[in-house]
Amino acid sequence: MATNNPISGLNKIFDNRVRLGVMSILMVNEEINFNDLKQMLEVTDGNLATHLQTLEESGFIKVHKGFIGRKTNTTYSITKAGEKAFKDHIDGLEKMIKGVK
Amino acid sequence: MDHPTQPLETLHDIRRMMERSSRFISLSGWSGIAAGICALVAAAAARQRIAYYYQAQYGKIYGALTDLKFDLILIALLTFTAAFVLACFFTFLRSKKDGVAIWGQTARRLMWNTLLPLAVGGLLIWRLIEISGYELVAPACLLFYGLALVNGSKYTIGEVRWLGYGEIILGAINLWYPGQSIIFWALGFGVLHILYGFIMWWRNERKTVN
Repeated sequence: MATNNPISGLNKIFDNRVRLGVMSILMVNEEINFNDLKQMLEVTDGNLATHLQTLEESGFIKVHKGFIGRKTNTTYSITKAGEKAFKDHIDGLEKMIKGVK
Repeated sequence: MDHPTQPLETLHDIRRMMERSSRFISLSGWSGIAAGICALVAAAAARQRIAYYYQAQYGKIYGALTDLKFDLILIALLTFTAAFVLACFFTFLRSKKDGVAIWGQTARRLMWNTLLPLAVGGLLIWRLIEISGYELVAPACLLFYGLALVNGSKYTIGEVRWLGYGEIILGAINLWYPGQSIIFWALGFGVLHILYGFIMWWRNERKTVN
């Protein structure tokens, strides 16, 4: 088993603070829109959009484009694959901590 | 090949993000204390008004029951408004200090999950007044408010549910002692709020003052 390798399960994609934040938020919220994400993570539009695109391309999040009146309202939710990858990542982090002790 | 990820720090970060995005944590202890004081003042005023009504009944009949009813409902509405405004005010102050946005998804969810049970309770109480079921008005207030708090506690500081349980227990006892309603009301909306607010302030906000 690969359990001896502390890095197993760690996902490079989650190395980034913004991407990690997006995943953490989506784990506990069914869906959330772009502006709420931006506010919570305190990042710029462009920065957040880039990271969201990376996550979407990896198949970890789903994008829903909708409208509220005339304004676009883009919401995001986590995919099954994203959930699994994120849980593995957390397990990996925990193993690292235990390994250090 | 040490990656710059500090695992412990990262886990803390994840936890903080989860909490912050799913719970409305700016609820201030002062909100509880202020609401409790409002309720105590209102209970005293209502008691006076009731005493006045019975006094008037002995002499001339100038204290009509409909007047008493109207005044009591007015007192209740004023109290609710004052308590709500003060609660929002202190919460606003705290969210400013913590640098958290006050109106977001978490606040909306908290509002919906507490206002729904309250509105349902309000409807029931309205009907109770219409059919003169006054004995059950105070217990119904306490019971539905308690349910609203327990339900809302999932979307804010978790300890709110203990306040909710307290209100439900008082409301349940009150069902069998309708004559003492005003005391239960003062205990539930006054004393419990102040107690809760003080404990919350002591545990969560005291440190940030210094």
